[in-house]
Amino acid sequence: MTDPILATHNLQKSFGALKATDNVSIDLYPGEIHAIIGPNGAGKSTLIAQICGELKPNAGRIELLGQDVTHTNTLTRAKAGIGRTFQISALAMEDTVLQNVLLGAVGAVGSPWRFLFPVLADKLLYSKANDALKRVGLQGDAARRTSDLSHGQRRQLEVAVALTLEPKAFVMDEPMAGLGAEGSKTLTGFLNGLRDEAPILLVEHDMDAVFALADRISVLVYGQIIETGTVDQIRSSKAVREAYLGSDT
Amino acid sequence: MIRERYLNGLVLVLLLAVPLWALINDQPFTITLATRAAIFALAAVGLNIALGLGGLVSLGHAAFFGIGGYAMGILAYHAQTYTPVMELPFVIEGTKSMPIIWLVAMVTSGTAALLIGLLSLRTTGVYFIMITLAFGQMFYFFSISWIAYGGEDGLSIYIRNDFPGLNTLVPINFFAICFTLLCLVLFINGLVARSPFGLALNAARQAPQRVQTVGLDPQRLKLVAFVLSGVITGLAGALFADLNRFVSPTMFSWQTSGEIMIFVILGGTARLCGPVVGAVVFVMLEHALGGLSEYWHIYLGALLLLVVLFARGGLVGLISGRAVAHD
Repeated sequence: MTDPILATHNLQKSFGALKATDNVSIDLYPGEIHAIIGPNGAGKSTLIAQICGELKPNAGRIELLGQDVTHTNTLTRAKAGIGRTFQISALAMEDTVLQNVLLGAVGAVGSPWRFLFPVLADKLLYSKANDALKRVGLQGDAARRTSDLSHGQRRQLEVAVALTLEPKAFVMDEPMAGLGAEGSKTLTGFLNGLRDEAPILLVEHDMDAVFALADRISVLVYGQIIETGTVDQIRSSKAVREAYLGSDT
Repeated sequence: MIRERYLNGLVLVLLLAVPLWALINDQPFTITLATRAAIFALAAVGLNIALGLGGLVSLGHAAFFGIGGYAMGILAYHAQTYTPVMELPFVIEGTKSMPIIWLVAMVTSGTAALLIGLLSLRTTGVYFIMITLAFGQMFYFFSISWIAYGGEDGLSIYIRNDFPGLNTLVPINFFAICFTLLCLVLFINGLVARSPFGLALNAARQAPQRVQTVGLDPQRLKLVAFVLSGVITGLAGALFADLNRFVSPTMFSWQTSGEIMIFVILGGTARLCGPVVGAVVFVMLEHALGGLSEYWHIYLGALLLLVVLFARGGLVGLISGRAVAHD
């Protein structure tokens, strides 16, 4: 069996008496989409924050490509290959769409210390940025100011920025949040094709998208994984139904 | 709306035309006023890199302005008194050469900016404002207590420093030096804003979390911007001291920091020529209203209030609209 790209082992994080992450072990294998679902307050965002290096766990281990990255920061993990998207778009709103994607390209190439060379004249950066925009279907919006984009387009732009990094694993925090049915369907189709490039750890509330995309689903409740399995296994799990999905699902 | 690049050109042409007109009409004081505006503009261009691009609201830039001023004052004082600046562990002589003074001013203010930035950038928001203000005031009170260089009375330099091939005592020549440096720094500022560094810094101001997740360190980007900013403001300080042939603790005072910030906000934060417009308007008001009333700052305050309330892009934004990302 191949090794996981990304894995957590017995991860724990407490805030006072509250166990936000309670002994969580998950893994992400090449080519798969592993969804994390759970009710509000289950600890999904805390888990993501630990995986991406924004929060330090109290105990446990995080591995990326077999390397222990538990004690590294966000920068190191980004460089090591975690491509993250945010629940609330974290984009430079005053900048153009192209500039936002160029930022990803600058990060990927690791070349921010050039002061007198126009970024747009760098063919490598430009082609990386342009390719990412094309792939998410935003090439026609490159010159638009990001604050003028629709919510759905901003979600697409988030993915485009992550794409420029050519990550080893995507970590996506509710990419469908706020999208209409059509937008959600489009993004679902896109993410489905993305799995071959890098596996996706997907935190999502949109159950239609999760069931359409996920190879495996882990259900997080009160900081604990109560079940991990395929879509059918999760659908038919009594414990999951009681804890999260509801008995009529 | 006038496109910003045309407005920038117009502003610089006007700043050049006024002293030329004054030269023809034998009005040396007007040339001095234009020189003062160009130097203030240069100081504010420095702050604009930290404030406009990096979002760093520094209320301590007078520290760098003053360091530049004292670098000039100390080197020129020792040159005019034929005494060395220091003898141990090695001898450093004073100098009257402007290029050497500028270099020393930029290196010392850049070093100070690095040290101040390393400590200040651990904080954000109002704490950053307060810590930079505190550093500025530390330099202010140190200079007051530095009796060797005039203490509270400051330090007079009898003859303006030298520049190869130019008589710097002729007002238009000194204006030409200051104006050329301003244009050079604006050109560099324009390049930096469009460079990968400028792109990343601009993003670090708006979305630091995003910058981190693409593998870049927003703190390091801001620190480099702060140092660049300090270097330019330090250079302006050296020129300002040369203009007046006098340095005093006032250059370090928080009022000076406030005035440099007013130039930027009045003209337009993050707009290339915003600081130039702000500094020119300030000097014009100072000259026109200063003669009428000692309390002319009331009118400046009212203008600043109007700009902040109704023209968030400053006077440049009011005339040329919101910034165009690739303009």
